[in-house]
Amino acid sequence: MKIHEYQAKEILRGYGVAVPRGKLVHSAEEAVAAARQLMAGGKSVSVVKAQIHAGGRGKGGGVKLARSPEEAGEIFKRIMGMQLVTHQTGPQGQKVRKVYVEEGCDIARELYLGVTLDRGIGRNVMMASSEGGVEIEEVAARHPEKILRTVIDPVVGLAGYQARDLAFGLGVTGNAVNSFVKFALGTYRAYEATDSSIVEINPLVVTKQGEVIALDAKINLDDNALFRHKELASLRDPDEEDPREAQAKEHDLSYVGLEGNIGCMVNGAGLAMSTMDMIKLAGGQPANFLDVGGGADEEKVTAAFKLLLSDPRVKAVLVNIFGGIMKCDVIAAGIIAAAKQVHLGVPLVVRLEGTNVEQGKALLASSGLAITPADDLGEAARKAVAAANGA
Amino acid sequence: MSILVNRDTRVLCQGITGSAGSFHSKQMLAYGTNLVAGVTPGKGGQKFEDRVPVFDTVSQAVRETRANASVIFVPPPFAADSILEAVDAGLPLVVCITEGIPIADMVKVKRAMNGSATRLIGPNCPGVITPGECKIGIMPGHIHRKGRIGIVSRSGTLTYEAVHQVTQLGMGQSTAVGIGGDPVHGLTFVDCMKLFAQDAETDAVILIGEIGGGEEEEAADWIKSNYNKPVVGFIAGATAPPGKRMGHAGAIISGGKGTAQDKFRALREAGVHIAAGPHELGATLKSVLKR
Repeated sequence: MKIHEYQAKEILRGYGVAVPRGKLVHSAEEAVAAARQLMAGGKSVSVVKAQIHAGGRGKGGGVKLARSPEEAGEIFKRIMGMQLVTHQTGPQGQKVRKVYVEEGCDIARELYLGVTLDRGIGRNVMMASSEGGVEIEEVAARHPEKILRTVIDPVVGLAGYQARDLAFGLGVTGNAVNSFVKFALGTYRAYEATDSSIVEINPLVVTKQGEVIALDAKINLDDNALFRHKELASLRDPDEEDPREAQAKEHDLSYVGLEGNIGCMVNGAGLAMSTMDMIKLAGGQPANFLDVGGGADEEKVTAAFKLLLSDPRVKAVLVNIFGGIMKCDVIAAGIIAAAKQVHLGVPLVVRLEGTNVEQGKALLASSGLAITPADDLGEAARKAVAAANGA
Repeated sequence: MSILVNRDTRVLCQGITGSAGSFHSKQMLAYGTNLVAGVTPGKGGQKFEDRVPVFDTVSQAVRETRANASVIFVPPPFAADSILEAVDAGLPLVVCITEGIPIADMVKVKRAMNGSATRLIGPNCPGVITPGECKIGIMPGHIHRKGRIGIVSRSGTLTYEAVHQVTQLGMGQSTAVGIGGDPVHGLTFVDCMKLFAQDAETDAVILIGEIGGGEEEEAADWIKSNYNKPVVGFIAGATAPPGKRMGHAGAIISGGKGTAQDKFRALREAGVHIAAGPHELGATLKSVLKR
């Protein structure tokens, strides 16, 4: 689960990580008031930041410096409600619904700090780089030598010496070393305590006064661990999620919305991915990834159909089920019931395989529904593409 | 022969009285698996299906029944603990079916298993089967047939696809292993390839990977310099968008790494025969074996 920058900073603050003071604002007046308060100590700037679940907000024009409280209000008016386009949002962009105002700081250096899983070794690693403000993937591609890594023992946690190693490796000096160590230890504690899959501070700033502070912050939470973090569930922002994905979650379906026009319903993640691959190979575009799971029953199949058909782009539906423990005749009955219930208005291609496949196919054939049967995945994909193209 | 499990495997089921555990334990019994014990804390002394004794702890069950493999159907919040219990009891093989275990739990399990002789399969996997001898997991038994093709895959249903096609072509499987769709898991592709390499009765292997991580590339490296028999390969997820989790927690392309294109290339360079799609795994295998 993704959360906003302001929420990530709130979490980090709780673990002793230094973050700038800031306030979520809902109107231009609130933005002016917040900026006035944040600039009261003689600060020359405040920062107005669009809050969306995507990186690259600065480049997209969603982060602006305000030199007066009034200017913060003006910037608020421009940013709130805009379609913010970044390299992570896709060309249509993401509507800005939340704006955060933050105090400015005197930047001496910009660094990078992140914690995530290294799946190759099954351990978490902390990564640091002198190339702050640049995407870590880009640094990894161009200057891999500039990324420092330290592997964290899950029993010990991040040790002080590991944090010091990173600090000295980055060329941090003086008072800032201790600040950096405290910052890094707090960052790992936050990662561990919230069951995050990534915590990223980019940039991490060393100020002219030797403070170490998180200018930006990103936290993704491990969905599998949310059951033990009821306190974090409220951080979910449904506005930032694909409504189809949110609807799928309610029915325990695994769904990812895509751009094409062929709706897919498949059991098993690997088979669902392959089904998308086959559609592309046949010259079509999948509208979604949808895994109904191993124990799909009529209710789930119906929910899945409703979900697929709620997407106006869908011009054909491809059902690909390998009935293992679930028998094909049961699945066929589910498909028929669901298709009748949702008044299927687009061509339906069904490929069934596995247990009781003959009974399943017979049921579909005698259902009176306009179902195009297919014997294997290749044929199913070709027929679905033809159907979507109106052939 | 076969790998990992055979007719001498004595299986215990952790979570045998839960809904998934009891359903699949019945299926395993029906298949002929030597299911010798169940474990559900607090239900020790009961009998499952009037024949399989249930114990409170794994160590008790092992002591009483000489079980040498465990299958875990315990819900995600408690599954890591169940793996640790099985490892502590010294079981040589632990198969964890449970889907949805927190990643942090698996990181700790891996750390705790350092130096242990236990082999872990999964989690989030269909299990392992040696047809006609022993089925541990949730795969439909009847699509399998005893034979000489090894199958290893990250995905459950794609394993079934491969098994089914091999059977339809009149061949069969030595052993089929689903290693699971989670980013942190037990046996890897390389581990399974090493076992297949030592099995004189496995003539060829079908390897089915998916996007995310680097295990397929590692397997390609290993195959290139160590395995002389034919391998047929496929990678699911060539069209998946980056940064999105495609059902499996492990199936996510991040930072340009773990793409299907990279994996296909690595496998091809290792001499693996690539199937054009999952529906052609069997046909590709057949054409390779004919040569």
